[in-house]
Amino acid sequence: MSVADADATATVPLIVPAALEAVGLSKQFGSVRALDDVSLRLERGTVHALLGENGAGKSTLVKCIMGYYRADVGKVSVGGVEANIASPRDAAALGIGMVYQHFTLVEAMTVAENLVLSRQKHPFIFDWAGERQEIAKFMATMPFRLDPSKPVHTLAAGEKQKLEILKQLYLGSSIVILDEPTSVLTPSEADEVLGLLRAMVKEGRLTVLMISHKFREVMQFADEVTVLRRGRMAGKGRVADLNPESMARMMVGDEPPRATGTRQERKRGDLILTIAGLSARDDLGMPAVRDFGLEVHAGEIVGIAGVSGNGQEELLEVLAGQREADDGNVRIGGNAFRARRGEMRTLMVRCLPDEPLRNACVGAMSVAENIGFRRFDRPPFRWAGTLVSPRALRRHAEALIKDYGIRTPGPDAAISSLSGGNVQRAVLARELSEDVSLLIASNPCFGLDFAAVAEIRTRIMEARNRGTAVLLISADLDEIFALADRIVVMSDGRLVHETPIAAADLGVIGRHMAGHGHG
Amino acid sequence: MSAATGVALGVIGGAIRISTPFLFVSLGECLTEKSGRVNLGLEGTLVMGAMSAYGISYLTGSPWLGVLTAGIAGVALGALHAWLCSRPRVNDVAVGIALMLFGVGVAFFLGKPLIGPTAPHLPAVSAGWWSSSAQVRSALQINALFVIGLVMTFGVRFLLQRTRWGLIMRTVGESADSARAMGYDVARVRLYATMAGGFLAGVGGSFLSLFYPGSWNEGLSSGQGLMAVALVIFARWDPVRCLAASLLFGGASALGPALQSVGVTSGYYLFNATPYVLTLAIIIATSSRARALAGQPAELRMAK
Repeated sequence: MSVADADATATVPLIVPAALEAVGLSKQFGSVRALDDVSLRLERGTVHALLGENGAGKSTLVKCIMGYYRADVGKVSVGGVEANIASPRDAAALGIGMVYQHFTLVEAMTVAENLVLSRQKHPFIFDWAGERQEIAKFMATMPFRLDPSKPVHTLAAGEKQKLEILKQLYLGSSIVILDEPTSVLTPSEADEVLGLLRAMVKEGRLTVLMISHKFREVMQFADEVTVLRRGRMAGKGRVADLNPESMARMMVGDEPPRATGTRQERKRGDLILTIAGLSARDDLGMPAVRDFGLEVHAGEIVGIAGVSGNGQEELLEVLAGQREADDGNVRIGGNAFRARRGEMRTLMVRCLPDEPLRNACVGAMSVAENIGFRRFDRPPFRWAGTLVSPRALRRHAEALIKDYGIRTPGPDAAISSLSGGNVQRAVLARELSEDVSLLIASNPCFGLDFAAVAEIRTRIMEARNRGTAVLLISADLDEIFALADRIVVMSDGRLVHETPIAAADLGVIGRHMAGHGHG
Repeated sequence: MSAATGVALGVIGGAIRISTPFLFVSLGECLTEKSGRVNLGLEGTLVMGAMSAYGISYLTGSPWLGVLTAGIAGVALGALHAWLCSRPRVNDVAVGIALMLFGVGVAFFLGKPLIGPTAPHLPAVSAGWWSSSAQVRSALQINALFVIGLVMTFGVRFLLQRTRWGLIMRTVGESADSARAMGYDVARVRLYATMAGGFLAGVGGSFLSLFYPGSWNEGLSSGQGLMAVALVIFARWDPVRCLAASLLFGGASALGPALQSVGVTSGYYLFNATPYVLTLAIIIATSSRARALAGQPAELRMAK
């Protein structure tokens, strides 16, 4: 669309149809009403944000528009014409493309191969030199560029996200739907990508619908916003007329967001965890943790901030005994610690890893058994020498299920049948129900809803208030700011920045996360 | 001619001769695995190919018709494997082992009357015409299937790197989700890849009965089909490296007989173990506790 057309839009607003309009969409999954009479109007040449908590129906709405699901009721029109979109292919034919939260790139292939692959038509024999030239020509018209011959797995997350967007433009999409496009990016990468997108929208090349939960990005980059709550429309409007507080109220409804447990002022306790000169490699044998050193004291939470993939995962695996260090040592209260089961018990070390269902549970085993993992071979669960008492495990679990409010059909249900928040509550119950001297937590609230997040953060804060040393690894800066007494930043496997919470500066931390601490 | 030259010639000739079935089976497995599926049943396909090729060559007098039939038998077994694997909750490794036993069993059953009669053999190309030495000429009797195998090696690489089918196959092997999102039918792509892999493995089997050793009996294959599947991992899913690995394996297998032919008879059985020792040594030397296998199609990495 040219600038002249845009002006025409402004003068006769009632006649010009929306780029995309969904009217009265409803979708039922079994007994769950995922979408209930939701409408959304995406004006041409705008960035429209779709806000909502997990499970609010954002993804369902978008998937109905893209043709993954068929809405039970309601219709979608594109450019004012009613459209019958039965598959993502139909959507693509109408110029609607989607960028998913998780990359859909083929990692082992090059940028050029990925772009060519996304196209509908291919010649039988590829002329790769010619294709690369075509792609170079296409890239020359774009505000950002990538080397077409680079394999995708060598790209940084921000570059991959740019490639996903390039892919949509390469395919000629005029409406692009993005599902939390910045969740894997550093703040500066996110600003760059969103800034470029917005510039393209303002040039009239694109119309963007963006799912997000970051108010800052919505405020800064979106023109309009639609808010969903529990499958229903909870509000909409022009971003210029709203502020983060009003949007948050729309998202969570009338109940005020629950506060994270209060931080009690306390003196820094004894030194608990000492990591010195730690180095470890990743699965590909490349250095991932480099000469890392850190101390954590009793009654403090040390938050490790950083963009995912900067060695945090490997660091956690070393501390949890899942990976061997190349060099360096870990001491707990002066004792060497190699993450053996016996050491964890005597030194009272507990761990909340990422993806608890995969890393801290056996999915097919019951809730009671999973809760008993740390202690099933000790009295009172052990009896007659080597036997395990299922009854004692079940009674123990029943108490914790009540204490921690774990929503489960019962202690004998398979833990994999629980929702993410309840799996995390069960793991938390197991890890925190005894005296703990060190708690290591990695992204403990990832993918959980507001209520579960508040509760789990409160539990972690309470443990700290009781004198537990907490090492918190999180890709979510809000979480680190909410919980930590001290923040360190990990970048490229190194500890690059350290600050007490009182002196923490978001801009400085962001620069360090992006690896530009000294630049 | 010195003994060393004799051994070297023996090893070269043996490398070409013994490597041929390895080459075909490993190229077939390479194709199948690139699409994200493992077919462990190629040992059964190999034996089935050997039997059917011998039978057709005996009945029609045309060894090439036998080779084609072996390939078709392989396609049928591949299709059966792919169909079984596309059923819900079916594990491709278990299906592969079942089909390996199935293929060997059916071949033994149908092949009973073929033990004894002589079928016409495949021709060889003489690449030793330039030499006056009979030894050189006999060592460089290159079988026609090996030449076809060489062409296939580069053909498979071209297919994977430069054609639409290759790109789709690799996409399915690297990320079934992405392939589905692009509208490709993952099961169908894997069906074709498994059928094509079966064809090559069947042709590899025809070499055993129609060239070397050159007759049909129940002891014809001694696990070449299984070893070839392992060679694909060794070759990191690259057709040209499959060729190199097959030649290396074939040459090492020929070491024992070559030494025997120049009079070194002590440790004959020990030398026959060379290919296995060599393979183990290279695997250990190139392995790493911390590193994942480079080049492995991502869909194979998942425990299914």
